[in-house]
Amino acid sequence: MKSGSNLERILESGQFAVTGECGPPKGSSPKVVQKKGELLKSCCDALNVTDNQTAIVRMSSLSGCVILQGIGLEPVLQMVVRDRNRLALQSDILGAVALGVGNILCLSGDHQKFGNHPTAKGVYDIDSMQFIRMVKTMRDEHKFINGEEISGDVPLYIGAAANPFADPFEFRVTRLAKKANAGADFIQTQGIFDVARFAEWMKMVRDRGLHEKTHILAGLIPIKSVGMARYMRNNVSGLSVPKELVDRMADAKDAKEEGVKICLETIEELKDIEGVHGIHIMAVAWEDIVPRIVEEAGLMPRPVV
Amino acid sequence: MIIAEQKTLAEIQDMVSPYHKILLAGCGTCTAFCSAGGPEQVDQLAEALVSQNKDMVVEKTVIPRQCAEKFIDRLEKKMGDNEVILSMACGNGVQAVAGRFPDKPVLPALNTQFIGVEKEPGVWTENCMACGDCILWRTGGICPVARCAKSLLNGACGGASEGHCEVSKDTPCAWQEIYHALKRLNQLHYLKGKPQVKEWPIHPGKVVREDLREGEATTGD
Repeated sequence: MKSGSNLERILESGQFAVTGECGPPKGSSPKVVQKKGELLKSCCDALNVTDNQTAIVRMSSLSGCVILQGIGLEPVLQMVVRDRNRLALQSDILGAVALGVGNILCLSGDHQKFGNHPTAKGVYDIDSMQFIRMVKTMRDEHKFINGEEISGDVPLYIGAAANPFADPFEFRVTRLAKKANAGADFIQTQGIFDVARFAEWMKMVRDRGLHEKTHILAGLIPIKSVGMARYMRNNVSGLSVPKELVDRMADAKDAKEEGVKICLETIEELKDIEGVHGIHIMAVAWEDIVPRIVEEAGLMPRPVV
Repeated sequence: MIIAEQKTLAEIQDMVSPYHKILLAGCGTCTAFCSAGGPEQVDQLAEALVSQNKDMVVEKTVIPRQCAEKFIDRLEKKMGDNEVILSMACGNGVQAVAGRFPDKPVLPALNTQFIGVEKEPGVWTENCMACGDCILWRTGGICPVARCAKSLLNGACGGASEGHCEVSKDTPCAWQEIYHALKRLNQLHYLKGKPQVKEWPIHPGKVVREDLREGEATTGD
């Protein structure tokens, strides 16, 4: 075992994993994190805690992780290279391990331009690829990025993101291979609405044997309203939301129900794609729908490994 | 070349407001070529300043480069009883001039933007951040340090869409361009390999060439 985390045990034992997401508050109250955690506790194997998501300042990811651990949940520490240089990243990783965190998701992060401090200086000292490799080196060789020895173990299960829908399409799999080779044990993808295109990407993934090198968790974003569907179609870079889906939401009598239906149908299709080892549900501001989705998708109870 | 843009007239007026006699110095190289600080812009700015303040005396001059000592010599002769130099050079030129006139305020009329090129008339884009370790040979002649909004060395990130960067639909995704350039050049293998971390330069930069130094230079033989 690399870290012995629950997520690692589930994936390595060949079970279909379910992860969720917990965005910390724009404030200092641990209750917000606890509340989201309690909601998702029984239906997720691990919860990602976002790191200043969309470049908006929030409670730190590591604090959120510790709060979740306090109520018996397993967190995935999200870390972006936008806000930290290699010193800060490595130091926070050691701190996270000291506090019992066993999973990490290495990201570049949304550009600061989109956030609430748009003229902040972006750090980007290293990129997500170098970051993954750095964590692997810390874990497997007990060495910092500069080659110096680390005292103690750094048992982390290493995750990375992949966007099957960004451009250039044919290059996305090469980049995934690079992430897998750099040390990504698992991958959480961008939210999938265009299953056909995702399936095409997965075929390219399988052709290169990458589904055996890293565990791919397919990303899902439950849609609450037609406005949300439209917004994601028109405004979110790197998301592919088919027009038919927007129309379906627009025609629905009960948009929320339709959103749940779409999500469940997507999960069914994803389960049938070879090489998909789990799902990652990003129900931003709609966390309370996740238990129902997981239940109705037939993924309850969560395995105990 | 170095690309600069003129500051707003209001900011320039604010800077020069304590003074009456101004030497307005244009620069004949980079900022002239990017139409920010050449002879025409010197004329326009002088006229604008005087039209706003009739008591102001603006003496105009343009030297070939404000970043070279031999040309700054020419400003010495022009200085006379001017109280201040308003420079239309890049930040480099402003500092070189300020170094020569330690007892005179040297004010920047421009905001220096980047090292870049004129993409089309009236449009300039950034190409180089002078990072000190050029990798253009393996990125198809396109610099990800300067042209990727996140300076990624292993892009493209998940925000690239339809060929543009997530930061703006007007900005091409550098990594998409790199990918296509390498494909065209049959060099896609440069995208593989282990990701090494970059050694960022320490500021302020300094280049020393012993072979060119006077006096204490050591000869190779």
